[in-house]
Amino acid sequence: MRLPQDETLWLVGGVMAVLAVATLVARWLKTRRDSRLNPAALQAFNLRLNAWWLMCSALAATILIGQVATVIMFGLISFWALREFITLTPTRMADHRALFWVFFLFTPLQYVLVGFDEYGLYSVLIPVYAVLFIPARIAIAGDYRRFLERSAKIQAGLMICVYCLSYAPALLYLKIKQPEWEGQNARILFFLVLVVQMGDVLQYLWDRLLGKNVIAPMINRSRTWEGFLGGAVSTALLGTALWWATPFEPWVAAGMALVIFVAGFAGGLTMSAIKRDRGVKDYGTLIEGHGGVLDRLDSICFAAPIFFHVTRYFYT
Amino acid sequence: MALALVARLLSGASVRWVGIEPDTCQRVYFANHTSHLDALVVWSALPPRVRSLTRPVAAKDYWEKTRLRRYISTMVFDALLIDRNEIKVHNSPIDLMIKALGDTKSLIVFPEGHRNTGPEMGEFKSGLYYLAKKRPDLELVPVHIDNLNRVLPRGEFLPVPLLSCISFGPPLWLEVKEPKMDFLKRARDAVRNLKER
Repeated sequence: MRLPQDETLWLVGGVMAVLAVATLVARWLKTRRDSRLNPAALQAFNLRLNAWWLMCSALAATILIGQVATVIMFGLISFWALREFITLTPTRMADHRALFWVFFLFTPLQYVLVGFDEYGLYSVLIPVYAVLFIPARIAIAGDYRRFLERSAKIQAGLMICVYCLSYAPALLYLKIKQPEWEGQNARILFFLVLVVQMGDVLQYLWDRLLGKNVIAPMINRSRTWEGFLGGAVSTALLGTALWWATPFEPWVAAGMALVIFVAGFAGGLTMSAIKRDRGVKDYGTLIEGHGGVLDRLDSICFAAPIFFHVTRYFYT
Repeated sequence: MALALVARLLSGASVRWVGIEPDTCQRVYFANHTSHLDALVVWSALPPRVRSLTRPVAAKDYWEKTRLRRYISTMVFDALLIDRNEIKVHNSPIDLMIKALGDTKSLIVFPEGHRNTGPEMGEFKSGLYYLAKKRPDLELVPVHIDNLNRVLPRGEFLPVPLLSCISFGPPLWLEVKEPKMDFLKRARDAVRNLKER
């Protein structure tokens, strides 16, 4: 393992500093009891801050320990997210065996292959083998009712929660063209997580400031075109400002941030649609006290594979 | 206890106490029955000091089938095994349960009598009524088990790690001169109502 370069420390340290400031501000707002502030919004902000602290420190710690630790951590997160996804999607008794293999074979195997850098295998394991295996196994179980629907639900859960998310730790194994990038890929992963999270926040802020034209009122009433455009532009600017931490030129960093933002936006909206269909607000609410892992992951699940492939195509 | 921890992790069970607190007083927990894991998971959902005083009531034919099951049911959670095939008047399950309760113990029972595979709960057997009649001092606590049937459905031996939810509800007692069917319906509704809350 190579020691992290100065840029990595700056990036992680900078994020921690911003988080610390945000936490202090939130504490201060809490003590002031300002009547103009919405207490529910403040509460939500505090919860998000806690989640970010957790994410940031877990990511920083695993990056310091090494690639394998990061892969294992993402594997466990995938497992939990898939658990939430399948819990909320009604399956029938006959799906049991298929589900068993999905949880205990395909999920761990995907991450093992990522850990061994077997790109040729992990990029097709789930989209080819699992996607064919699931309906076949359900057919063998002999229950034809709502057959396509049931297969599709399990396939979608596995694709989103496991396959897509596994591309985040896979970033660590990319062989970037510039030789000085060997062993420094943690920064690329950090860039992805940071841009996704900030994209969410910036879009939320623009929605609040200027939001008028709701994109899909049946699915999410707070996401507006103004928020989307404002979020896109400001996220691209943020990406540009972080170009020094990435292997990209400034204008490419802007483009990458834009790609991440659009994918993250699509992820958030898609997962909202699934939640509406199931009649829940958060993936966490069915199971009290567990908080939804999936609620925090929806945008990164969509952004990770796309960011990975664009980077792989142009920079390795 | 290690097994309790494994059961909790496996079933991903979150535990809710709605209008009731864990207590070591004598109680009969009655729950819907959907999976072989039910007894184990409800038992492990109790806090340790309550758990040590609580015995699940389970079917002898299932829990005595293999050596492992026998070990778990007798040594680990000290289940009261009832022979479903040989219910006799002079040695009825109710008498066994009353004997097992003594002055300190609590029980976990599944009044449906067998595992239910459909989406709706089965009718309650009358055992709970007779138990309440003979021991009116017991707190009867409804317990609702959600989603566990998907973790380990009937006839399967490999569990799938979905998230399940165990809810404990406010206790009820047999009213004076309450007819059997009314009481059983009330008890069944108490379990069902926990699903929505």
